[in-house]
Amino acid sequence: MSKDGSAVFFTTKLDDFVSYGRKNSLWPYPFGTSCCGIEMMATLCSDYDMARFGAEAVRFSPKQADMMIVAGIVNTKMAPILRTVYEQMAEPKWVMSMGACASSGGIFNVYSVTQGIDTIIPVDVYVPGCPPSPEGVLHGLMRLQDMIQKGETRAQHREQALKRINLFSPFKTSTADDIKNAGYNAE
Amino acid sequence: MDINTPVPTIYGKDFEKHGEMWKTQIAELRTKFQGAIEEVRFPREYPTDVPILYVKKESVIAVLDHLRSAPGFEYGFLADLTATDEEIDPRFEVVYNLLSHGNMARIRVKTRVSEGQEVPTATTLWMAANWPEREVYDMFGITFSGHPHMRRILMDDRWVGHPLRKDYALRGYQLFPDTPPPKPELLEKSDR
Repeated sequence: MSKDGSAVFFTTKLDDFVSYGRKNSLWPYPFGTSCCGIEMMATLCSDYDMARFGAEAVRFSPKQADMMIVAGIVNTKMAPILRTVYEQMAEPKWVMSMGACASSGGIFNVYSVTQGIDTIIPVDVYVPGCPPSPEGVLHGLMRLQDMIQKGETRAQHREQALKRINLFSPFKTSTADDIKNAGYNAE
Repeated sequence: MDINTPVPTIYGKDFEKHGEMWKTQIAELRTKFQGAIEEVRFPREYPTDVPILYVKKESVIAVLDHLRSAPGFEYGFLADLTATDEEIDPRFEVVYNLLSHGNMARIRVKTRVSEGQEVPTATTLWMAANWPEREVYDMFGITFSGHPHMRRILMDDRWVGHPLRKDYALRGYQLFPDTPPPKPELLEKSDR
């Protein structure tokens, strides 16, 4: 509806409309393990206010969240826990790797630290910094929103691959060859 | 410089408070445990803040028990239990840091152990030695005989090697992203 009450409509693709809804209602799961977690809290609080981007509903259960913010160092002993939490999240799900430690191991180039969480789970956005400023986190969030709108994220690639092989259809059962031909990579 | 060369230094102020007490205590230990104490490194003669007693590993528990409960000693608190890799023979030193709350004094007991040898457990004296001994086993591969639960505590159960040994690679990454299946024998056994 326009201001004067006349009916206005526009046409779009359903995928774009769904992506528009998804990108503006991200529910973060805070995987804060060290000092980056403090900066993430600052980003969520009123000064920087991640709610402006529709990401204020922080859920501490992975089953109710769709964006995981890994803020801080992930030790090798923490790796299976991170993997389990990621697998518990419902599709589509997005991962933001916040800070140097989560992205690459940072200064901890030793046996006990994973050299980047992308050795364990797929990552969509890396935010550099030690720790990153809240502006950096918000920039990463906006970049993730752009990627979701364009359908470039890993979760959407998985979704599209499943659609291509028609995995959701009740009338067709896909074989392992179908999955291979569609390029579906079950990361 | 040879590390065993005595270097006269002034290192810490504890010597002024407890020097005489330490001397009498060590003299008593020397008479009681003849031959068990290999070496004593004393403040002002060696760069250390508290006396270091080197004890043979066969009698380390007896010496620790005497230090813990004998009148005049009463080092009742095991502040820390750790180890060092010296890269000589014998290779490792297990370190017991003791604290006396009554005297507000500390003392340090060390025992030398070669690779593959076992040290008697201190959990018979202090229950608090349970997890530090597991950590020493995890990081150095020193096993403690009589320990109730001798397995890794910090690293993954599938880890190969012992990370704090000097010959372990600093960047010896091993990644186990999947959760290991629980072992039934570990579920039955309590940690305590």
